[in-house]
Amino acid sequence: MTAGNETPDESPFVTPYPHYDVLQKWDSPSFNDATRRALTQRLTEVPRRRFFDAERYTRLRAVVDCVLPQPERSEAERIPVEAWIDAQLEANQGSGTRYVGTPTQREAWRRGLDALEAEAHARHGSGFADLSPEQQTALLKAVDNGAVDQAHWQGVHAQRFFREILLKDAVKIYYAHPAAWSEMGFGGPAAPRGYVRLGPDDRDPWEAAEERPPQPVRGLP
Amino acid sequence: MSSAVSDAQERVRATGGRAPDVFRPGAWVPMREHPESEPVDFAIVGTGCGGSVLAARLAEAGHSVVAFDAGAFYRPLEDFASDEREQEKLYWLDERISGGDDPIELGSNNSGKAVGGSTVHFQMVALRFRPEWFKSRSLLGYGHDWPVDWREMWDYYAKAEAAMRIAGPIAYPWGPRRGSYPYREHELSASALVLAKGAEALGVKWSPTPTATLSAPHGAAHPCVYRGFCKIGCATNAKQSMLVTFVPRALKAGAEIRDLAMVGRIETGADGRATGVHYHRQGAWRFQKAKNVVVAGYSIETPRLLLNSACPQHPEGLANSSGLVGKNLMVHVNDAVWGIMEEEIRWYKGPPSLAVCEHWNYTDEGKDFDGGYAFMSQGPLPTDFATSLVSNEGVFGHELRKWMGHYNHMAGLKVVGETMPQESNRVELSDETDALGLPIPKVTFSYCDNDRRLARHAENFQSEMLRAAGARSLYRTKSTAHLMGGCRMGDDPAESVVDASGRSWDIDNLFVCDGSLFPTAGGVNPSMTIVANTLRIADRIIAMGRRGEIG
Repeated sequence: MTAGNETPDESPFVTPYPHYDVLQKWDSPSFNDATRRALTQRLTEVPRRRFFDAERYTRLRAVVDCVLPQPERSEAERIPVEAWIDAQLEANQGSGTRYVGTPTQREAWRRGLDALEAEAHARHGSGFADLSPEQQTALLKAVDNGAVDQAHWQGVHAQRFFREILLKDAVKIYYAHPAAWSEMGFGGPAAPRGYVRLGPDDRDPWEAAEERPPQPVRGLP
Repeated sequence: MSSAVSDAQERVRATGGRAPDVFRPGAWVPMREHPESEPVDFAIVGTGCGGSVLAARLAEAGHSVVAFDAGAFYRPLEDFASDEREQEKLYWLDERISGGDDPIELGSNNSGKAVGGSTVHFQMVALRFRPEWFKSRSLLGYGHDWPVDWREMWDYYAKAEAAMRIAGPIAYPWGPRRGSYPYREHELSASALVLAKGAEALGVKWSPTPTATLSAPHGAAHPCVYRGFCKIGCATNAKQSMLVTFVPRALKAGAEIRDLAMVGRIETGADGRATGVHYHRQGAWRFQKAKNVVVAGYSIETPRLLLNSACPQHPEGLANSSGLVGKNLMVHVNDAVWGIMEEEIRWYKGPPSLAVCEHWNYTDEGKDFDGGYAFMSQGPLPTDFATSLVSNEGVFGHELRKWMGHYNHMAGLKVVGETMPQESNRVELSDETDALGLPIPKVTFSYCDNDRRLARHAENFQSEMLRAAGARSLYRTKSTAHLMGGCRMGDDPAESVVDASGRSWDIDNLFVCDGSLFPTAGGVNPSMTIVANTLRIADRIIAMGRRGEIG
């Protein structure tokens, strides 16, 4: 089963946990000082752009908004995934793995973003950031299926870049944000208190209450 | 990127006659220090399941010991956050090159970088090998025999389990009788009950997983609070990692530990014997003299160090007359099947793998492959789950967020499947260098047909069980876990790197003691076997010392 072959379901995500905010536990025994320090930095110190030039950064933002759309959030509430991708590249903090035939992560990101731009121009005559959301989604699906013009990719394996670098880096940042923990009903930070009730359909008072069932996913069998 | 939480990665902590007290915030324990110019009895490279255990045992026997670790010396109570991104500091994220037909993901997937090694982030699954695996060539017709007897290993497993206060069942349902585990089993989580329900529906045995986290108080640590962040470091010290077990023991017995100390080369003298180690700490290369050197850096860094220590007497690298240093690297097949349950599972609570099925480790009928596999219930944290989802399915957009919206209803089964030792799966030095000027390792890995047959069998069986437990919308992910081999031990100098004591066939004062010794991988998580094997090797080295057979 590969979601990439299905027609995408573009109706927006709606959280099953509308009244849950993991940050309400900030002063509770579920948070310790180490966690508060880490999250204070994440929530208050969004890194400035330093690695990419302005044009690539705008394109990166457009890609991020396509792979993790957040239409329900204001600009101030939005999880700025692109800022941390830029910071990670500036710090040159890798993942510990460079696959044979893949350039360094900095180079892979540069070439990958440029290839997306070249693909957009070849298909639609305009840049990636100027495409409609439907065109952007279709283009990224094509990249994931390897239906690309190799000449644009400067030796980068398109699907591997998309899944192993672009998507992985993006979700590592998005799902490390308290707003993402809240929307999925994740318990979030849990030291020193932990949990007491472990059984099915059971939860502690400090866990999220599911108020509506999760939405069906069309890609799922 | 620098940590918002702790300066342990920037500043050495084990220095000036003291080391961090891992049980108390801001506190210290005294540490004996050894001058670099006086040869210590043992310089040990690495402080994981091999190095820290050996350091403790050798120091307790009266030997002078300095153990080096490239990683930081954390106090979990103050340095560990409930946050996956912050806790990436526990992983070996230095660049390594990965190739072959089925290139291995390294970094957070299998490589730790901290005092205490990968046990600081391991998921605490504490299983023993099936006895026949120690003679898999003779008894089962594949792989290589270990140069040890299973009954001896059985005794050392019991010692390892006692030292790590393993919580497990009174009667384990597979294999020869073992005593009851030192601590009682943990309550089963909803995630574990899915495996139990599926196993009972299929008529195969299951068990609460023997787990290396406290089910009752010990010393300064209280029992596990079921926080569920085990994989990214336990912030309450219930987890029995090397950092809170053998490392404090080693310090108490007089061993010195040097944190943030990257060993780059083993020096050899005109006679070809080891004379000490070159290591980088506090911005400079330094040299520690030693009578014996033990390499315990795990299956990539151990071969890397031996190969990078090539010298005129040992032009192909140290301990490498067999040509096998870095060869026969193994992983575990770690493919998983996931599904959605009607009920809420909330698998983020408790240790992630509290139920296990070893049916296909102990049953040989009905298999179309050599080797075995175990599988366990799962509980991945959000980014861990999301990365596996996107890399296997390529899902993105609103679909991705909706898919993640099912997180609290998900259940999964994930295999730990034995792969075959193949010489072509290997660690070599590339011609690129890292920031310290050391050659970057290159790892090459490809599954063989037997590995693929095992993976297919496991996928089918796990799918059947998960469906029998009531899951719908099943999907599969592929991955690998753990590293084993690369410096095989054996009885024949032409067919192994070291002997049954971990001693190099070529250099009598050079030892290897970690997971790279494994001749075969077995179908269980490797940590307890590394600890047990190290306790066995320690006793042998201590005995050799008493007989005057150690330099």
